[in-house]
Amino acid sequence: MNLSVIHINNVYKKYKGADVFSINNLSLEINKGEIYGLLGPNGAGKTTLISMLCGLLKPTSGQITIKGLSFKDNAKQIKQTIGVVPQEYALYPTLTAYENLMYFGAMYGLSGTDLKFKVTESLEHLGLSKFQNKKIRTFSGGMKRRVNLIAGILHQPEILFLDEPTVGVDVQSKNVIMEHLKMLNKNGTTIVYTSHHLNEAETFCSKVSIIDNGSIVASGTPKELMQNSTGANNLEDVFIQLTGEALRDYA
Amino acid sequence: MLKLISSTYKEMLLLSRDLGGLVILFVMPLVLIITITLIQDSSFKTINEAKIPILFVDNDKEEISNTILENLNSNDAFEIVTKQDDVFFTEETAKSAVLKGKYQLAVIIPKNLSSDLDKKVNQNVAKILSEFGVDDEPKSTDEVILNKEIKLYFDPAVQKSFKNAVMNNIDKMISRIESKSIYKAFQEELGEAEQKQQNPLLTNSNFVSFKEINPKEGQGVTLPNSTQHNVPAWTLFAIFFIVIPLSINIVKEKNQGTFVRLRTNPVSYLTVLGGKSITYLIVCLIQFLLMLAVGVFLLPLLGLHALEVGSNFITLFIVALFSGLAAVGFGILLGTLATTPEQSAPLGATMVVILAAIGGVWVPVFLMPNFMQLISNISPMNWGLNAFYDVLLRNGGIMEVLPEIGLLLLFFIVTVTISIWYDKRQRTV
Repeated sequence: MNLSVIHINNVYKKYKGADVFSINNLSLEINKGEIYGLLGPNGAGKTTLISMLCGLLKPTSGQITIKGLSFKDNAKQIKQTIGVVPQEYALYPTLTAYENLMYFGAMYGLSGTDLKFKVTESLEHLGLSKFQNKKIRTFSGGMKRRVNLIAGILHQPEILFLDEPTVGVDVQSKNVIMEHLKMLNKNGTTIVYTSHHLNEAETFCSKVSIIDNGSIVASGTPKELMQNSTGANNLEDVFIQLTGEALRDYA
Repeated sequence: MLKLISSTYKEMLLLSRDLGGLVILFVMPLVLIITITLIQDSSFKTINEAKIPILFVDNDKEEISNTILENLNSNDAFEIVTKQDDVFFTEETAKSAVLKGKYQLAVIIPKNLSSDLDKKVNQNVAKILSEFGVDDEPKSTDEVILNKEIKLYFDPAVQKSFKNAVMNNIDKMISRIESKSIYKAFQEELGEAEQKQQNPLLTNSNFVSFKEINPKEGQGVTLPNSTQHNVPAWTLFAIFFIVIPLSINIVKEKNQGTFVRLRTNPVSYLTVLGGKSITYLIVCLIQFLLMLAVGVFLLPLLGLHALEVGSNFITLFIVALFSGLAAVGFGILLGTLATTPEQSAPLGATMVVILAAIGGVWVPVFLMPNFMQLISNISPMNWGLNAFYDVLLRNGGIMEVLPEIGLLLLFFIVTVTISIWYDKRQRTV
């Protein structure tokens, strides 16, 4: 029996001053242990949705619960349970990788030898041990992405939200990141992630939802989605069929 | 608590990695305080020691002009110039020289000033005595004597206070000469000329004079000298200067995404701000100690007055602490409201300069116009400065500075509360 850990029920989100809803009557359930992909063109509402799931934004209406808890009443408890890896490098450029991770680990309540061990171990797993005392501003994009990831998983979250975790990195860094995420999932972490890399999502995700104009246009395993779309050989074909070929520039 | 300590440590690391910023934070205020105190002190010396050249055109060449010349010459503040290249100045050449800014002042003594004054005085005295029946036959004629004018040409760049001082000085000299002439005329009319030397009314000394007394402890207010004014004033300026790096720090956190990450962490915004507050408060207190050390030890080595701290160090430290809190609160508010460093840096600098100006950092509040004195009450720098003055100049203790530090604390609470409220409001987009 699947156990739902994220429950999204009839959620709407409209930014102040906006004419249209960024999220429009969206409902979704994500089960424990899943790697759930939120896919969609630019401006589809992926980042808005993930921001609401992390507690950064409040829905205009509707309900979001994480392990049965709502941000309104249990924000601190939820934040202790989740890990967030934002799209931008949310790190201090003038601090070393080690200093950054020690700080963010402490913000999750970790301390002492436990924190030091977790930081050292994570840096080692992601191939950054020998750079741990270098300042972040000297790091390449791929190295920053890896430190960015570690900062979100030090406290071993039950649910991990990743917003485009491999954007702008080389293949080597991407592989290391994806392997590490798979390992985390194997150890019980539920992963919710957004990406534009549809090939990556196809092999990585156990389930995906394609979002367009703030609503889910299709959900299922990558295999199910391909089977349900005529002539689709891969997830990208499904994506194009569902969202069209028109450019999605927005400002 | 651990999160607060970690946040504080992180802020300290960030500060320590910015050497340029640290130099600006600690060294620039020291350079500022030394420079400003030296300039202000030397401007006092200019008035007191260096001589101001004055053009003197004497068309009278008799007793009055001689007396004025003698008085001006005896005044250490002035150097009398009557000719250039062996040619005596005329009214026209003197006027032109002042207009060109070569001299600040020209004094033009009119022709026949002494003789006409004598005539006028004798005429008046004779009239008075005849009215009293002392002298039946007035010696003077009914000749009409026109009023005389001593012309003063001032360089337009000269300050009003200097003009007033010179005019008062000359006016006082003329009054004394006039009185002397009147007494002399009375003596001559009454046949007491032989007693002239003994008559106390004809002596140059004033019957009534001034005595300057600086009130001591518990007796009121002492006006600050350049060190007493500058050290606390520029210490406050330095303390408030942290508004700029603090606000930039907050804006940077927002822009580089670390604030977003922190919002997803189980840590409150207040804890994050707490780490910043403690760090920048420590910076403020180090600035205070450095400025105090400069006032006490370095300024005397440069020939300036030493700052007298006495036994008031603890109270001064408390005032610095609360001033630092107010500065931190203001920095947090600016950093929260601004969205880019390009907004926060100039806004912070301008606001600090305005608060310093209206707070009495540059010009003491008691020298400001009345309405500016009223406005100065809204500047936290004014509260801090008053508290420093209460301690340094009025020998006040903690009870005397309570109202000011209360206001500074209130300012901190209000600014941080607004920041938290604004941040929360921004998040509900």
